[in-house]
Amino acid sequence: MAAIFQGIGAAAALPSTEKFHSQSRRFVSARKGSLFVVRSDGRPSLGSSPRSRGAQHLITNAVAAKADASATSTASKPGHELLLFEALREGLEEEMDRDPRVCVMGEDVGHYGGSYKVTKGLATKYGDLRVLDTPIAENSFTGMGIGAAMTGLRPIIEGMNMGFLLLAFNQISNNCGMLHYTSGGQFKIPVVIRGPGGVGRQLGAEHSQRLESYFQSIPGIQMVACSTPYNAKGLMKAAIRSENPVILFEHVLLYNLKERIPDEEYVLSLEEAEMVRPGEHVTILTYSRMRYHVMQAAKTLVNKGYDPEVIDIRSLKPFDLYTIGNSVKKTHRVLIVEECMRTGGIGASLTAAITENFIDYLDAPIVCLSSQDVPTPYAGTLEEWTVVQPAQIVTAVEQLCQ
Amino acid sequence: MASSFLSSGIIQPLPLRSPDKPQPLFDHLKATSTFLGSTSKIRSVSLSKPNLPNPHRRSTVVAVSDVLKEKKTKSAASSSHLLITREEGLELYEDMVLGRAFEDMCAQMYYRGKMFGFVHLYNGQEAVSTGFIKLLKKEDCVVSTYRDHVHALSKGVPARAVMSELFGKATGCCRGQGGSMHMFSKEHNVLGGFAFIGEGIPVATGAAFTSKYKREVLKEDCDEVTLAFFGDGTCNNGQFFECLNMAALWKLPIVFVVENNLWAIGMSHLRATSDPEIWKKGPAFGMPGVHVDGMDVLKVREVAKEAIQRARRGEGPTLVECETYRFRGHSLADPDELRDPAEKAHYAARDPITALKKYIFDNKLASEAELKAIEKKIDEVVEESVEFADASPPPPRSQLLENVFADPKGFGIGPDGSYRCEDPKFTEGTAHV
Repeated sequence: MAAIFQGIGAAAALPSTEKFHSQSRRFVSARKGSLFVVRSDGRPSLGSSPRSRGAQHLITNAVAAKADASATSTASKPGHELLLFEALREGLEEEMDRDPRVCVMGEDVGHYGGSYKVTKGLATKYGDLRVLDTPIAENSFTGMGIGAAMTGLRPIIEGMNMGFLLLAFNQISNNCGMLHYTSGGQFKIPVVIRGPGGVGRQLGAEHSQRLESYFQSIPGIQMVACSTPYNAKGLMKAAIRSENPVILFEHVLLYNLKERIPDEEYVLSLEEAEMVRPGEHVTILTYSRMRYHVMQAAKTLVNKGYDPEVIDIRSLKPFDLYTIGNSVKKTHRVLIVEECMRTGGIGASLTAAITENFIDYLDAPIVCLSSQDVPTPYAGTLEEWTVVQPAQIVTAVEQLCQ
Repeated sequence: MASSFLSSGIIQPLPLRSPDKPQPLFDHLKATSTFLGSTSKIRSVSLSKPNLPNPHRRSTVVAVSDVLKEKKTKSAASSSHLLITREEGLELYEDMVLGRAFEDMCAQMYYRGKMFGFVHLYNGQEAVSTGFIKLLKKEDCVVSTYRDHVHALSKGVPARAVMSELFGKATGCCRGQGGSMHMFSKEHNVLGGFAFIGEGIPVATGAAFTSKYKREVLKEDCDEVTLAFFGDGTCNNGQFFECLNMAALWKLPIVFVVENNLWAIGMSHLRATSDPEIWKKGPAFGMPGVHVDGMDVLKVREVAKEAIQRARRGEGPTLVECETYRFRGHSLADPDELRDPAEKAHYAARDPITALKKYIFDNKLASEAELKAIEKKIDEVVEESVEFADASPPPPRSQLLENVFADPKGFGIGPDGSYRCEDPKFTEGTAHV
């Protein structure tokens, strides 16, 4: 039953008939026989991909050092292999060991281990108060997390599905984002709000939401999106250590990605983007699940003779305009591929930011491929057409590079 | 006195699985030494007496005002049963007079154009703020609503800092960035000041959670208590009920203080609430619900003492409904035409400051001269706060971007590769972020 796919873009590459049958509505993805086993470190055909700069060590310098550490991540120590949700858990556990004020709260995070098993085993280790199972009251327990943060704790608030955080919008917008400012800097709110979002496998409209567009205008918060086990762990640790409120977007379909990550401790920078594949012809900006659709399309594009530069922007708010700018100055063409909605999405903001800052370097208008402005339908075929597929990306690049 | 707060005794929880079913993966009753949850019986309604109202919770809920009345009539003659000492009496009097004088000055300043926006004054409700907050330690937390000036003053925030904040000056307690509805003080543990009603209740619950966490996880010697103040209108809001549930569930050290002044702007409490007796909603969640006369500072103080001690002992939250009244409109922009003049007159006759003054004189705790001296002192404090606020500078442009993030790296990396907060224009407040 488990279909194992080598290579990139496994999420989109399943043959239609099989994928809907095998993926019954489960919250919990079993570790054995998992459907998506992607080796994201073996990409010889697309050229070596340098790891995010300085990613081995704590980031102290904003300006990226030239990526010379490409070999070190795999060469120095063998590291260990794990799935993305385990990487998140590892990051979480390391931070909870390091600082006793770090705690988790959310629905089913404790005894159940988290609906996607990110907090599995933590309640037994740290106790019911540190890994708190809350009643179903998003607005109130998010506010409770904020109050706890103001008085000295460092809570991680889990939304069982990101969509549920719509109920917590009052607290996230008014209190989480604003209280540091309205209190004149007296109270800081070092919370991490995290959870799975994005379009899954026929989960229906309400469980397939992308909240990054709704939250992006809130002043005072940072938003990051993880896409690989490596950056998931690094961003989780960075978010917990940050004094700012951070919203960490995970994706329902990426939890079972497998990757080899270093044994030694590392923390990534919340504000930096990740160079996935350097190139010359076109800059493709993406994040989260669409990274894999883009890499899938990149394979086809390379075979057709194109050389795309792929950047996983990771930081949805604020944008890393340095990495993006350098890329634009090199390739002069930009394609944004995102899963967010067309209207008012991250892509729309990114288009505006690039146009404002780098208009002189563009040879063509920025093309933004986003999901359709449609409530995600249940039917598999319709759902497939609401999100961007690799074929569309290939076509867009071809048109852009004419 | 203590008996009125006992809720139903701890009963062993029913086993959730029958013995012949396989063991659950995680037996919550065994894994942790203390069960973090409700331990009342799940089902104990007897069906033989259908006329009995809801027998499955047996919290004793008593209108404490009745208990206190009884106590007072018994002991009125004897001065050894006074509710307060002379020092306490003077402290309470000074605090209430400060609250009243400050709010009156706010009104004056507003009409002279020194402050703008929404300003909500507390006249008439001073007994609640003084009665509760004067029992707190500095480390205890207070969370309020937009009607928060007097809560901040009672907790110890200097009058000049509050007035300055209202004038929008840089020397205000929130550097002029919060305003009337957002009084915060880290030093005095005033956690706001919230513009939307109900928003502060989860924050207060969080502060109480921290207190419990410090005690049980960090093993610190912590008995800090949080008070959440809010009005009758808020008691119909979801956040209120969700927090009552969580606070009772985890026995958080919090006291929910309802300042029921019968009006939510122009909406009468009776027109908005199916069961207007708010104190009854406490037992529904497993905590004592108490009703008290909020125009009498001594009654409020007696109830507050017990509720705060209960929280400190780790016995959990209490819901206290204070029947009170605001003498002015909802805000300075409210013409206050809907309220019946007879109702206003009724409560004006129960002015808490006048009542305390009478108590002090009747029991010979202080002379008229001493009270006059206090009033004069407060007048000077309030006048000085206005002078201070007037003389203070408004915030400079450089302050604009400073407190958006605790870590200003959150503004991100600019096109030139350095963090935007390192841009010299950032400190001038003109950086492009």
